[in-house]
Amino acid sequence: MKKWLRNWRLVSLVSAMALLLAGCGKPFLSTLQPAGEVADMQYKLMLLSTAIMVIVIAVVTIIFLYVVTRFRRRKGEENKIPKQVEGSHTLEIIWTVIPIILLIILAVPTVLYTFKLADVKPMNKKERDVVVVNVRANLYWWEFEYPDYGIITSQDLVVPTGERVYFNLKASDVKHSFWIPAVGGKMDTNTDNTNQFFLTFDDKRAEEAGRLFYGKCAELCGPSHALMDFKVKALPRGEFDQWVEKMKNAKPVASTDPVVKQGEEIFNKSCIGCHAVTPVDGRPEQARLAPNLGNFADRERIAGILEHNEENLKAWLKDPEKIKPGNKMTGTYPALSDEELEALTKYLMTLSVQ
Amino acid sequence: MHVEEKLTPETFPAEPEKATLEGKNKFLGFWFFLGGETVLFASLFATFLALRDSVANGPTAQELFKMPIVFLATMLLLTSSLTSVYAMHHMRNFDFKKMQLWLGITVLLGAGFLALEIYEFTEYVHEGFKFSTSAFSSSFYTLVGTHGGHVAFGLLWILTLMVRNAKRGLNLYNAPKFYVASLYWHFIDVVWVFIFTVVYLMGMVG
Amino acid sequence: MSTLARKKGVGAVIWDYLTTVDHKKIAILYLIAGGIFFLLGGLEAMIIRIQLAVPNNDFISAGFYNEVLTMHGTTMIFLAAMPLVFAMMNAVVPIQIGARDVAFPFLNALGFWLFFFGGVFLNLSWFLGGAPDAGWTSYASLSLASPTHGIDFYVLGLQISGFGTLIGGINFLVTIINMRAPGMTYMRMPMFTWATFVTSALILFAFPPLTVGLIFMMMDRLFGGNFFDPALGGNTIIWEHLFWIFGHPEVYILVLPAFGIFSEIFATFSRKRLFGYSSMVFATVLIGFLGFMVWAHHMFTVGMGPIANAIFAVATMAIAVPTGIKIFNWLFTMWGGSIRFTTPMMYAVAFIPSFVIGGVTGVMNATAAADYQYHDSYFVVAHFHYVIVGGVVFALLAGAHYWWPKMFGKMLDEKLGKVTFWLFFIGFHLTFFIQHFLGLMGMPRRVFTFLPGQGFETGNMISTIGAFFMAAGTIVLLANVVITTVKGKRVGNDPWEDGRTLEWAVSSPAPEYNFAQTPLVRGLDAYWIEKMEGKKGLTPAEPLGDIHMPNPSILPFVISLGLFVAAFGFLFHNDHAWGTPVGVVGLLITLGAMFFRSIIDDHGFHIHKEEVMEAEKKGAGA
Repeated sequence: MKKWLRNWRLVSLVSAMALLLAGCGKPFLSTLQPAGEVADMQYKLMLLSTAIMVIVIAVVTIIFLYVVTRFRRRKGEENKIPKQVEGSHTLEIIWTVIPIILLIILAVPTVLYTFKLADVKPMNKKERDVVVVNVRANLYWWEFEYPDYGIITSQDLVVPTGERVYFNLKASDVKHSFWIPAVGGKMDTNTDNTNQFFLTFDDKRAEEAGRLFYGKCAELCGPSHALMDFKVKALPRGEFDQWVEKMKNAKPVASTDPVVKQGEEIFNKSCIGCHAVTPVDGRPEQARLAPNLGNFADRERIAGILEHNEENLKAWLKDPEKIKPGNKMTGTYPALSDEELEALTKYLMTLSVQ
Repeated sequence: MHVEEKLTPETFPAEPEKATLEGKNKFLGFWFFLGGETVLFASLFATFLALRDSVANGPTAQELFKMPIVFLATMLLLTSSLTSVYAMHHMRNFDFKKMQLWLGITVLLGAGFLALEIYEFTEYVHEGFKFSTSAFSSSFYTLVGTHGGHVAFGLLWILTLMVRNAKRGLNLYNAPKFYVASLYWHFIDVVWVFIFTVVYLMGMVG
Repeated sequence: MSTLARKKGVGAVIWDYLTTVDHKKIAILYLIAGGIFFLLGGLEAMIIRIQLAVPNNDFISAGFYNEVLTMHGTTMIFLAAMPLVFAMMNAVVPIQIGARDVAFPFLNALGFWLFFFGGVFLNLSWFLGGAPDAGWTSYASLSLASPTHGIDFYVLGLQISGFGTLIGGINFLVTIINMRAPGMTYMRMPMFTWATFVTSALILFAFPPLTVGLIFMMMDRLFGGNFFDPALGGNTIIWEHLFWIFGHPEVYILVLPAFGIFSEIFATFSRKRLFGYSSMVFATVLIGFLGFMVWAHHMFTVGMGPIANAIFAVATMAIAVPTGIKIFNWLFTMWGGSIRFTTPMMYAVAFIPSFVIGGVTGVMNATAAADYQYHDSYFVVAHFHYVIVGGVVFALLAGAHYWWPKMFGKMLDEKLGKVTFWLFFIGFHLTFFIQHFLGLMGMPRRVFTFLPGQGFETGNMISTIGAFFMAAGTIVLLANVVITTVKGKRVGNDPWEDGRTLEWAVSSPAPEYNFAQTPLVRGLDAYWIEKMEGKKGLTPAEPLGDIHMPNPSILPFVISLGLFVAAFGFLFHNDHAWGTPVGVVGLLITLGAMFFRSIIDDHGFHIHKEEVMEAEKKGAGA
């Protein structure tokens, strides 16, 4: 009977914690609504550690409340001298040993998962059959290169669901950190070396999250650190393969619209030095100074943060400093008239692989 | 025992550096200071080891180091440590003149070391191994230069003590000062042994 | 030479404080300077919270936000918490061990002035082109890319104040080893003295790596070094290691004295001896030791590999054990006691649940695999504020109320003290508890704003409201200080009536020489033992005689000023022709002052027996 009661208490405690945690945040962003193998492992560790810690807090709180109510100095006790206790070996052993046991319970899965999450062997095999993405973090934009397909995209990462996707991570200017909270923990993009890790995007839960996860930069990198967001499109494998094919074969379409043509001229005069317009870009990364715009029209956001429409694009082109302070595009091209802005916007919106 | 008391070889205590509370404090405090210095040099060594192969386009250790000069400098510094031991021996025996003499020799040897090091550095710079050449060069000059700075400071310190007390002789007020300065000198020497091994010998081996 | 009981003008008072080598006056200097920097850091915190109250706020610009954020962290750790801890140590530790002064009074003053000039130098960056903007951790790639001189101010200012801290640490180590009164064995030392001892050892071994890191950064930024430039073979991860080899022990440098303060307060206001004293000592030493083994848990996401991550994860968890021992010992100190809820005791009591939350989230952070999620998110912000505010700031507020009468001879008003406590306590939990969840919901730290529609709105608003409560609490505290200073009544030796340690046996404030006769210590809680035996004072260990005191000196001030000037010169040496000469002049001032210190004999002076007796009579009558 007593055992039953204790078990029930434990179960209800854990489930109450789970409920409390699960109610928090957005499915496309929250670590509390994990959407893949990696985030699941981390979420399990969170729950386990939280449960252990809640037990600790509960024990301390009970003793604490008892002590501060029971032993307060009452009227008439002004001259009472309590017994001067030196200590108690039994008690001291108890509160040394029990925490050690609790910590071992936590340490074992911690070590296990730490090693599991570091398993990147499949991406370093000579004949690899997994999806690998080279992530390059820049002030304040992200480049995603698919070395096995020879294509490059920026700001919107596209990944297949239901399998491990492997990442090479590095930064080109200052240190950043690559984080997709709902799908798994972060890893730093260093300036000195390339880091490797993997993430898994669960198909069902990606569907529930609208097939679009939010990604963040998690390391202070300058004024617009807060705005260095990216988006992740998680597609079923078939759709992903189609996307790859389209990207591989994308070619700029010659437009007959004179406005678009004017926009293209402006682009070729002022922008092409940094931005490429085809997803297949064979130049070395040092030459790729700005986001690849090959599939610009298919993007989710302007500059990673604004709703994707012509108005916001014009605002960005007109004064990028106002939208992302400290960005590297400000001042690299001559001021644009309203007409030029219109033309350039129209042109950029034709850059699509769909 | 009062610090300004005039002492004779008979009344002079066996460990004059620890005969007063001030002396004891100085003695212990300086040991702690050397503990901190050890961590400081350990950090410099660790960084040097991490960066010693990062030569960028500059010369490598094998191409650069002038071992004869370094070896000579090492001998000078090691000897100076020994002479400072003699000086402390005479201090404990209340023989001020001999202490001054051996301290003087210590200073001369230290100055010789410093001169050789400066010569060595100028040679390296002439060969295109500047502070800003590579990560290796930065960490080399910072580690060895920090040691050299310590040597220079130690020389000034011992000289100041010698000049200041030249006419007064030994007492319990200045004995701890001499003692602590010699302790510092030994420490510099020990650090150099590590620099010679880790930077130069290991650098030549590659 | 004696300056006892003499009325002085304002100029003389200022000169007195500029030249003082008395640990009690240096404590007051630390308290004032640290207090001012605390207010400054608090103001910066308020700017942060106002900016983050609503999404897409434009209260301040992104660049300025990063400066405020950096200076908030740097100021609070180096210029507020550290000196306030030193204020407590200086005010109390020598008296607690029955000493007349610290081992190195001159170095004590030098330590203060170095800290002070370093702090002022750092803050001058606001007026000279912009403050540092790479976070208090100042990671190398970002800090090298920073265009203003802010980082240079950070690098040079922290080097100067770091020297001061190091000197202070050595001073307390030697003081505690060599200056204890007869009978004050190590295992009779009050817990706060023990904490000071271990903290000082941590300072001694933790600050040199920081100094080295700062030297590297200075070389890279100002003198053409390549330590952190990958293009020429440098490596930025070296900075991260050096910073955290310092940075993690720094947490214990702050929190161990906090534990010490609370240990004193729990025992005093429970009217009971500290439960498990020897295990408390053991736990303190163990925490100090383990504190050096865990630095890389700040770097789990750097890519050190699973082996290093696993080792540092388990080592970090181990620290929870001695910390848990402490928590339970405090609880059982109160158990069976007679608890009086004074203001210091309120903080102490509130500290337990607050700090336990900070502690358990620390263990959560230690689980490396899950830390990939917590790291650099608001979860971490919440965690370390629970530790630093719930532990250290609570302790400093408690200690200030507790020892205020001993430092100034007047009690802070208890009613206002409790108002401060409640405002601060409620505000603290309101501000930081919700931040755990913001982090878990995906909000990275160090963001100058956040976009709407991500679920961060409510949490941030609550957090900002909480910050205003804390600000209100601080204002009440200031008012309390002013009112007490103007209207407070003088108090006697033992104003809390339950004092247990030696500082409560001397008058408030303590006389210049602390003890007319060095006391004989007959056990733990030396003063309590005497009281329980019905005695009024301490058992003396020596006859009444002349007391030897150190001379005041302006040289500590001049040495520090020289470094301050030198730092200015070298900071601008690439921009202006006067840079290098000014730098050299500054160094010459410092070296010159050190030279004078070396060649001028300083034997101190004596307070004569008669003067001591007269002063003691007056003290007893107060």
